[in-house]
Amino acid sequence: MPISLILPEFKIERDDEKCITCQVCVRQCANDAHIYDSEEDQVYTDSSKCVGCHRCETLCPTGAISVKVNRFQSKQNANWTALVQRNIFKQAESGGILLTGMGCDKPYPIYWDHILLNASQVTNPSIDPLREPMELRTFLGQKPDKIEIDESSEEPKLITKFAPQLSLEVPILFSAMSYGSISYNACLSLARAAKKIGTFCNTGEGGLHPDFYKYGENTIVQVASGRFGVHPQYLKIAGAIEIKVGQGAKPGIGGHLPGEKVSEDISHTRMIPAGSDALSPAPHHDIYSIEDLRQLIYALKEATRYEKPVGVKIAAVHNVAPIASGIVRAGADFITIDGFRGGTGAAPMVIRDNVGIPIELALAVIDSRLREEGIRNRASIIVAGGMRSSADIIKAIALGADAVYIGTAALVAMGCHVCQKCYTGKCNWGIATQDPYLTKRLNPNIATRRLVNLLRAWSLEIKEILGGMGINAIESLRGNREHLRGVGLTAIDLKILGIKPAGG
Amino acid sequence: MRDFYEKEMSGCSVVGIMSEEGSRFSGDLIMKSISVMRERANGLGGGFAAYGIYPEFCHLHTFHLIFEDNRAKQLTEEYLKKSYLIEKDEPIPTRAQGSIKYPPGLWRYFLKFKRKREEGEVAFTEEDEVVRTVMEVNTNIEGAFVASSGKNMGIFKGMGYPEDIGRFYRLEEYEGYIWVAHGRFPTNSIGWWGGAHPFGLLDWAVVHNGEISSYGINKRYLSNFDYHCELFTDTEAITYLFDLLVRKHKLSLEMASLALAAPLWDTIERFPENLKSIARAIRLVYGSALLNGPFSIIVGHNRGMLGLVDRIKLRPLVAARGGDMLYISSEESGINEVSSSLDKVRQAKAGVPIIGELKCLSH
Amino acid sequence: MKRIYIKEEYCIGCRLCEIHCLVQHSKSKKIIKAFKREFPRALPRILVEEKGYLSFAIQCRHCEEAPCIEACITGAMYRDKTTGAVLCNEDRCVGCWMCIMVCPFGVIKRNLERKKIASKCDLCQGEEMPVCVANCPNEALELRDS
Repeated sequence: MPISLILPEFKIERDDEKCITCQVCVRQCANDAHIYDSEEDQVYTDSSKCVGCHRCETLCPTGAISVKVNRFQSKQNANWTALVQRNIFKQAESGGILLTGMGCDKPYPIYWDHILLNASQVTNPSIDPLREPMELRTFLGQKPDKIEIDESSEEPKLITKFAPQLSLEVPILFSAMSYGSISYNACLSLARAAKKIGTFCNTGEGGLHPDFYKYGENTIVQVASGRFGVHPQYLKIAGAIEIKVGQGAKPGIGGHLPGEKVSEDISHTRMIPAGSDALSPAPHHDIYSIEDLRQLIYALKEATRYEKPVGVKIAAVHNVAPIASGIVRAGADFITIDGFRGGTGAAPMVIRDNVGIPIELALAVIDSRLREEGIRNRASIIVAGGMRSSADIIKAIALGADAVYIGTAALVAMGCHVCQKCYTGKCNWGIATQDPYLTKRLNPNIATRRLVNLLRAWSLEIKEILGGMGINAIESLRGNREHLRGVGLTAIDLKILGIKPAGG
Repeated sequence: MRDFYEKEMSGCSVVGIMSEEGSRFSGDLIMKSISVMRERANGLGGGFAAYGIYPEFCHLHTFHLIFEDNRAKQLTEEYLKKSYLIEKDEPIPTRAQGSIKYPPGLWRYFLKFKRKREEGEVAFTEEDEVVRTVMEVNTNIEGAFVASSGKNMGIFKGMGYPEDIGRFYRLEEYEGYIWVAHGRFPTNSIGWWGGAHPFGLLDWAVVHNGEISSYGINKRYLSNFDYHCELFTDTEAITYLFDLLVRKHKLSLEMASLALAAPLWDTIERFPENLKSIARAIRLVYGSALLNGPFSIIVGHNRGMLGLVDRIKLRPLVAARGGDMLYISSEESGINEVSSSLDKVRQAKAGVPIIGELKCLSH
Repeated sequence: MKRIYIKEEYCIGCRLCEIHCLVQHSKSKKIIKAFKREFPRALPRILVEEKGYLSFAIQCRHCEEAPCIEACITGAMYRDKTTGAVLCNEDRCVGCWMCIMVCPFGVIKRNLERKKIASKCDLCQGEEMPVCVANCPNEALELRDS
């Protein structure tokens, strides 16, 4: 039998002084990296199976386990890195596309880390968020150019009718993660947290499980190319509808749920046979041009009687500004742009790591372009793709976004350690799996609490920073690039981002 | 024209005095009022706006221009002659004041439109045309700056304490029914004549004490509507916002104030239903016009005067009425100096405009 | 009285509850010492039952009408007046194990550490919270008023 050339990515170190052979690690590892030998009454490790999720390390009651990256497995080579060699070994062995999960982990520049924020001093005092209210409430949807008010009588009346709006208490929503790519408990936690905070979660391509209909008001449902789970009730229950044209992690190709993760429940919710791979085609087979997109947008608006905002999600690619302009003119109420750092449950590694552009640049050019054309008010912009902290969110809003989707951050809040093995369906944290033994590990009570805490912590930080800038309403920050300065960026970068250099 | 950012600093003084009956009074009154607040200025900027001062030319657009050199004057006149007939032009009368050093060229032009609409030209109103002219001169003619461009009104401003500027321009010789004044305290030592307040466009004149932290987005929003903020002052943005919201979008002054100094969401929740939907609609549509940051402003226009403070009242503004006179000022001392019998004196409320309206005009 | 409630939908079968119960009832109350240096090892009073992916941890229910108290021949099994818990007085217990035979839940253990006695959950008297509840990583055990 041929031996595998692939060396283990991780090395599990067990401190024998501390190990009490309690076997918690054995039971908790879904990849069987720990094995108990009853004859010897000892636990042995097989590092080749380890995926680096750190479950055993976290749960070990004596802290005897240490999971380390196996850095020195091959001679140091800046070009032919261990990862490159390993990928070639895998492809030589399997002859297939290499899959991976989560977002691009390559060291491309992160523009958020090159942008700094302003604070007010002396001439314009900062506002103290402990004393003065800081308003983060955001409305997503189409806004008219101007409004008409009838002031003829004692009681002035508003004449202009508004398109439907989504009201958010914080400018942060939970990104599209389908039931299928993540577990029932994870979906439940996101829905509950969204309702509690007053924001929205997104069904992703997975359809909406009937148990979650009661959170429908706080749910944005997706109509993706596979049209999984799209039926009249689905559209009726939703708070808003998002047509998924592309996704930041894998621009140009469709969604992929491996057959291992399609359980009975999933097959029911998505309306597909159990155990079969759920592949969404790359284009919507009824959208081959912008007019077709316009037709679908209005078909959905008609189906929901123009009562819900209908938006479009695209991946950030090279020509994103004219594409966005076209989408806004096609009638979308909001447009979601997913940068290349966006996460996924399963995607070909080569596409995740090489296709797409950074969200910072995409956002800046789209916002500028829409303003130049005078149509910025016709759709709200939501950005996604690697928002890691409240600072990233503030910078995104200052560049021009109305709100921000968080995906990976929400999963990390629930316990994810970004091991990138979501496509195997063996998530030890109970998040990206359908295995009932594993899904129990995510207690929705705990996860909801953690998500609410995360958003609460971030909104407090945002309020502090706004106060420091002398602003007390988020709409005064939106698009206000005066409050941003670039450090370590080239002149072209600054020009594209539309911000000044620090010191200038 | 300018390549450094000159931010508005705090510590300025603003005053507005008007007669709601339309009786004209001399500039003496307002000069007296603002001189009391000398401490609020530092001599690097002062200015006045006066309404009703050119009754014989009240149907013509009056441009007050500041020229740094002769060439600027020539280029401007050439440009103006393309679209307008210059009915009359003359230097703005001044008197030498020791403290006012090196004044630039100061001229006024009374302009009448030439009837030359080309076939298929977009139907601009006269006002839109004037706005375009002002933008063009300010942005593209080096060394020229339009201080005011309204009918039957004028803005007189420069570098110096306001009362000195007033005497320099011989304002006691003019009679108007609305007067607005400003004393500036910039910490940037290079003041320039065009940067003083009031800032004007058409018949709008804005004096401003404060700093707008939302300037970045106000400016971008205005550029959608072809208002180009080239002069890097917050006050410019405020003036253009009034023109956009009131003249072009036809909002009333109260509604425009709801946009510029929007009430808090919590407050809006407690409004009666009709007002709640209006306030909400205004915040949704005009979120990018919201003026965030501390400010108190007085805005003069052909039909009256308006005083407004920011939504959480971080700058002072006091108003008082005496007979048919309305006084608005940064400090009560400014009002007490010029009037003995006052009926009502009150502090402005956050976001609630103080509005004075001309009931009739006496020419 | 405060009782421990079991939520089997959240139990992940890790058995950390058993480990911490053992440590709490050991001599040293230190985990490494309790497991590696104490002979015989202390006895955990809680047991994880599992079948397939269903699991839960069960301990003495501190029944309102406790059969073990009825069956105890020496009166070693008694109810604590303040907490309402059913406790075993180790000095009185003679190890007849009648309680083990009558317990409907099978949660009393034969303890042969020193002399023969019956051992069961004592709600960690003296601690703020029973250690099984405090240490369950997934909040599958809850202490609340019944």
